[in-house]
Amino acid sequence: MDILNALVAILNYVVVPATAYGAQLALGALGVTLIYGILRFSNFAHGDTMAFGTAITILITWALQSAGIGFGPLPTALIALPFGIAATALLVLGTDKIVYSYYRKVRAAPVVLTMVSVGVMFLMNGLTRLLIGVDEIKFADGARFLISAQEFKKATGLAEPLAIRSTQAITVITAAIVVAALFWFLAKTRTGKSMRAFSDNEDLALLSGINPSRVVAMTWIIAAALATIAGTLYGLDKSFKAFNYFQLLLPVFAAAIVGGLGNPLGAIAGGFIIAYSEVAVTYAWKKVAMYLIPGFQPDSLLQLLSTEYKFAVSFTILIIVLLFKPTGLFKGKSV
Amino acid sequence: MSFLDASSMTGGYGAADILHDCTLKVEKGQIAVIVGPNGAGKSTAMKAVFGMLRLRAGKVTLDGDDITALSPQERVRKGMGFVPQVNNVFPTMSVEENLEMGAFIRTDDFRDTMEQVYDLFPILREKRFQNAGELSGGQRQQVAVGRALMTKPKLLMLDEPTAGVSPIVMDELFDRIIEVARTGISILMVEQNARQALEIADMGYVLVQGANRYTDTGAALMADPEVRRTFLGG
Ligand SMILES: Nc1ncnc2c1ncn2[C@@H]1O[C@H](COP(=O)(O)OP(=O)(O)OP(=O)(O)O)[C@@H](O)[C@H]1O
Ligand SMILES: [Mg+2]
Repeated sequence: MDILNALVAILNYVVVPATAYGAQLALGALGVTLIYGILRFSNFAHGDTMAFGTAITILITWALQSAGIGFGPLPTALIALPFGIAATALLVLGTDKIVYSYYRKVRAAPVVLTMVSVGVMFLMNGLTRLLIGVDEIKFADGARFLISAQEFKKATGLAEPLAIRSTQAITVITAAIVVAALFWFLAKTRTGKSMRAFSDNEDLALLSGINPSRVVAMTWIIAAALATIAGTLYGLDKSFKAFNYFQLLLPVFAAAIVGGLGNPLGAIAGGFIIAYSEVAVTYAWKKVAMYLIPGFQPDSLLQLLSTEYKFAVSFTILIIVLLFKPTGLFKGKSV
Repeated sequence: MSFLDASSMTGGYGAADILHDCTLKVEKGQIAVIVGPNGAGKSTAMKAVFGMLRLRAGKVTLDGDDITALSPQERVRKGMGFVPQVNNVFPTMSVEENLEMGAFIRTDDFRDTMEQVYDLFPILREKRFQNAGELSGGQRQQVAVGRALMTKPKLLMLDEPTAGVSPIVMDELFDRIIEVARTGISILMVEQNARQALEIADMGYVLVQGANRYTDTGAALMADPEVRRTFLGG
């Protein structure tokens, strides 16, 4: 019984939240890694692209709600999502035309483009705050739980509860569908293959008649979609606050780099590695330890780091990986 | 007029010219070989013919059409195929995907052409689902040549196709190249293995410091004691 209780506690406080968070990070890291692989720079504005996309999605969610349109047990934000994606795609395509295209034309070094993206980041940051403000916003509606703690305890008779919020389930399912669609697109379609070819060997892609402006535009559109979906899922699961999205940049980049920049499979693995480490390191293991070791009464919470330090986890993993495997765990491009 | 006629090409990457009044011609279905010391400008001349270099003077015609002002992509559409000296495959894509990318500009069904490439290089059929970056040097060169053949070019340009492969594989590749020429495709090729290359060449060009030093049939160059002594090692 105690072992079961320990398992349920781990599931409830580590596995379920880390899986949802990992899926959100993976989607964010996929966007970063695609831009790195194809446009060849680290896009620091990606966190704020996520924030902008989510903000638009929230505004449209509110409009839908006030018009009395809902999505049954599912959050209304899912209906608003395509509009958020479209608006974000327009924003990044506009940014590319006004800002990045110039630096591509003069063949600027990647680090220059990265610095430019920092400027874009501040602009997007301001834009999002103007649009929706700086406060914390909760916009999840529909059913709250897939499995509630009460039901679970009643059904199993265990002391430990297990709750799965519907936003967590939606996050994982949506992420799985998006990732499958993205991999199918990259592996099977002509456009997807041309994007990989461009990422592999730009000069040869040009010689083969692949149109670079089309590849660039497709990359931005996909990155915008990934960013908006990742941001909206994160916001549904937790809450929306512009500043938090700026902070998300660190774990998202850590995930992309740990997995191997430019490698989509690596971005997904990296997202889960970062999420699981962050949650596991900041979780208080006291209860689990007490279940597993009878008679054990620790004085501390058995928590390695308090949650305020969770970003230190991304940093530490990042540094370890960069020291021992600079191209990431999966084969990526060296940073 | 020759099928490819690149006359009096002069130009370079920056202010200084690399090519000086360089002329290269290839007849229909024939093999022309460019040899010369390292840094002579052989690759530069290939790039110039393919439109990757801005020429200050000179003219390039293909099958009678002036293509001097065309971009490399437009030249591919006109019937030119180019295999660069380095980075000539998509390493993380499969052999088959490499060939597909070669056919990117084609809107018709290219499965026939792919079969022909597989017939020409049977090893590629075997390795079709393997990433090009994981193949041996010789196999990678076959992928590179196959990729360029996918547009059904009328002129195939190869920059050191046998670089870094063993003598046996080199003979193999030369045999394949002769086979390609027999189908009516003209070939312009740079080669480090000057002797073997001139043996299969209809025309040979010896470039030195961006200029034509000797131009003659492959056999004549092989027989020229001066050429033998300075460029073929006796
Ligand atoms: N991209 C470039 N930018 C500037 N200069 C270049 C460039 N590529 C080649 N050069 C210069 O042009 C000259 C000719 O180089 P090229 O590569 O054409 O020689 P090559 O005959 O092909 O030599 P190799 O046998 O080594 O391939 C060299 O002096 C080289 O340094
Ligand atoms: Mg060369």
